[in-house]
Amino acid sequence: MYGKGIFKGLSVTLNRFWTTYTEDIRWLFSGKKRYFNEDGVKARAGKDTKGIFTVQYPEERLIIPEEFRYVPFLVYDEGADGRKEVRCTSCGICSKVCPPQCIWIVRTNDPNTGRPVPQPAEFYIDADICMNCGFCAEYCPFDAIKMDHDFEIASYDRNVFNLDKLLKPAAYYESIRPLNAARENEARKAKEAAKAAKAEAA
Amino acid sequence: MATPTPTATLDLAACFPGAVSADARPGYKGWIIEKDKLVEVATAIRDELGYDHLTAVTGVDYLPEGKMEVVYNAFKTTGGPVLTFKVQVPRIDPVEVPSVTSVWPGAEFQEREAWDLMGIKFTNHPDLRRILMWEGFEGHPLRKDWKEAFYEEDAKPFKSRWPEGRHVMAEERSPFKDNITFPKDFDPEKWVPEGEEALYGALAKYQTEEDGLKTDHIVINMGPQHPSTHGVFRVALTVDGETIVSLKPVMGYLHRNHDKIGERNTFLQNMPFTDRLDYFNSMSNNFGYAVAVEKLMNIQVSERAEYIRVIMAELSRIQNHLVFIGMLGNDLGMMYTPALYAFEERELVLDIFEAASGSRMMCNYFRFGGVVRDLPEGVLQKINDLVFERLPGKVDELDRMLTENEVFISRMKGVKVIDAENAIRYSITGPVLRAAGVPYDIRRADPYSVYDRFDFDVAVRQNGDLMDNYLIRLDEVRQSLRILQQAVKQIPAGPVMPGKPQYQVRVPAGESYGRVESPKGELGYYVVSNGKPNPWRYHVRPPSFVNITALEQMCIGVKIADFIAILGVIDIVLGELDR
Ligand code: SF4
Ligand code: SF4
Repeated sequence: MYGKGIFKGLSVTLNRFWTTYTEDIRWLFSGKKRYFNEDGVKARAGKDTKGIFTVQYPEERLIIPEEFRYVPFLVYDEGADGRKEVRCTSCGICSKVCPPQCIWIVRTNDPNTGRPVPQPAEFYIDADICMNCGFCAEYCPFDAIKMDHDFEIASYDRNVFNLDKLLKPAAYYESIRPLNAARENEARKAKEAAKAAKAEAA
Repeated sequence: MATPTPTATLDLAACFPGAVSADARPGYKGWIIEKDKLVEVATAIRDELGYDHLTAVTGVDYLPEGKMEVVYNAFKTTGGPVLTFKVQVPRIDPVEVPSVTSVWPGAEFQEREAWDLMGIKFTNHPDLRRILMWEGFEGHPLRKDWKEAFYEEDAKPFKSRWPEGRHVMAEERSPFKDNITFPKDFDPEKWVPEGEEALYGALAKYQTEEDGLKTDHIVINMGPQHPSTHGVFRVALTVDGETIVSLKPVMGYLHRNHDKIGERNTFLQNMPFTDRLDYFNSMSNNFGYAVAVEKLMNIQVSERAEYIRVIMAELSRIQNHLVFIGMLGNDLGMMYTPALYAFEERELVLDIFEAASGSRMMCNYFRFGGVVRDLPEGVLQKINDLVFERLPGKVDELDRMLTENEVFISRMKGVKVIDAENAIRYSITGPVLRAAGVPYDIRRADPYSVYDRFDFDVAVRQNGDLMDNYLIRLDEVRQSLRILQQAVKQIPAGPVMPGKPQYQVRVPAGESYGRVESPKGELGYYVVSNGKPNPWRYHVRPPSFVNITALEQMCIGVKIADFIAILGVIDIVLGELDR
């Protein structure tokens, strides 16, 4: 019969249409909030999601997974007297590996001897050129540069981030990437312990 | 699908004494054909040796040796690895090589590209115009002595970044100071682009003189800004009434010379750039490049990583095909409902990509020898849920919604896209080739990674019309689900990278052509290394670009409205087509 296929197809659409209501009603009766609420967003991204799927950014936000990467930042540890202990040693690896070459580093030189000091004097990331590839964070041997989660950096000007803008505390890093940070801290501790043991043996 | 035939014994030099010699450079393979004998030998390669499908054609500029080389890769549609053969000519303009379009018409656009970017003139080519650069452009940018506007150094990393990296805005280094050369006596005020004339001149003329009335040719330009062209793609066509008489695609609006960027990059730095080719399937793009370079480096990929790669590539294929079906709906005027249903599933797949790689579309997930990181906690479970519980039902739903719809059927059935014979002649690969009745799938015909361990069928349809091109995508999604279901069950534990991650990989001198079955067809990478940290030649053979070679052939004689549907089923993506 001509038209059977059309009806079959339309029944799919109709079913979807009804489901948007039945889902909302189901959530209403279960006493949970489906919208503007983290659990609701999570459920909408789950395997059983049906009904309304859209997440209404910016009022609602998708859950950002730990590995999500956006323009990098530099990590500093808080020193005893509140000093910023920058982890970066200005070794230059990140600027060499960066595919669009958007990392610019000026190394510190000792004013007396002229020898390099493991500290960046200046550090720029041209965030408009950065392609968020994550290589810098991946290959930095000192866990000094990490990918951020803050993606809302649109502006009317050019985004060239300097050292001031790039530095963020280790606590922030731990808050956005807890599993990674824990893994790295452990590895660092193990390394230090091994070093100490070696020094003792010597 | 026939089993791949062993080809190790093939000795072309013995078959064509005096015309062919083996390529003896270390790290190279294949055959070097004398320029004057090229067409003759190519015909024999096609007819007598059975290499009926010419897949990749590209040029290499060996500047220090003073040579230009054209590299051809052909395969048999019955299966087996590719046969590589080359022609070498001295690097003195005009660099001339005979065109092989008379043997394989599918070489047309790739030869035009080699002319455009490399300046290799193909004699007897039917329509040798620029293809990616604009008409009136001076020079051939892929030549090693050509320098781009923002040129800094021949190879990255640039010395200005460290240790004295004082930031300079890219735009402050004005491109109009020393890097742009104009032709002599060039006056921009008086310059008239001549490319348009060449383009319209290339369109075939027609005459209807039966009734004695003189008719005008109507030339229609579609695009570059037209929703049905899937991006900034343009076609110029002449019509007789509503029937297409002649058609020429115009492309390159999104061209950024990916190959040149790739040759300035280090091997590793190319990985994130491949994401930007077919931006729907960055996982497949990574895959192809990793396969090509790993071949050259001769390293083993760790077991677990192989499985993760297959899982990611197949998930990518599923979301690509679902979106394809949805967008096909848009092309046919079935606005947005199927597209949005498809996007829902795609989002769930992208969630997985994001959790594993850190980005939804620009995944940059593969490394030479493995992948960046193991699947984070819970991701394998998510994949499991999707491929066992959710996606099979959703594919059925899409199937139920569209396949039997009478309006849809009458629009799609019997509108020919291409038949098997022409599909092979025109170097078409991927679903379009299989919908025409040729069961060629690289995952089976020339298996890479661990695809030989899975049980799946090569989807094939017989008619090669629009309907079959739609149905084959559904078939392929179902086959991909089969592969995925096996892969998530079999995935072994273990490391995902052999050894320590390195940012400077050592790639021995030589060449390699690595290819994978991307959702759109054969995605190939031709890489030449001279032992330095940067590739000497890096070339992408994008399926969208090569499949479009047959566009005119497909569209002559069809109605203009069908053109949109035909372009839709080829499934082009401009990031890859224009590179
Ligand atoms: S961020 Fe890391 S890789 Fe970059 S210079 Fe500093 S220490 Fe070296
Ligand atoms: S994320 Fe990639 S592009 Fe951005 S600064 Fe790091 S290495 Fe460079």
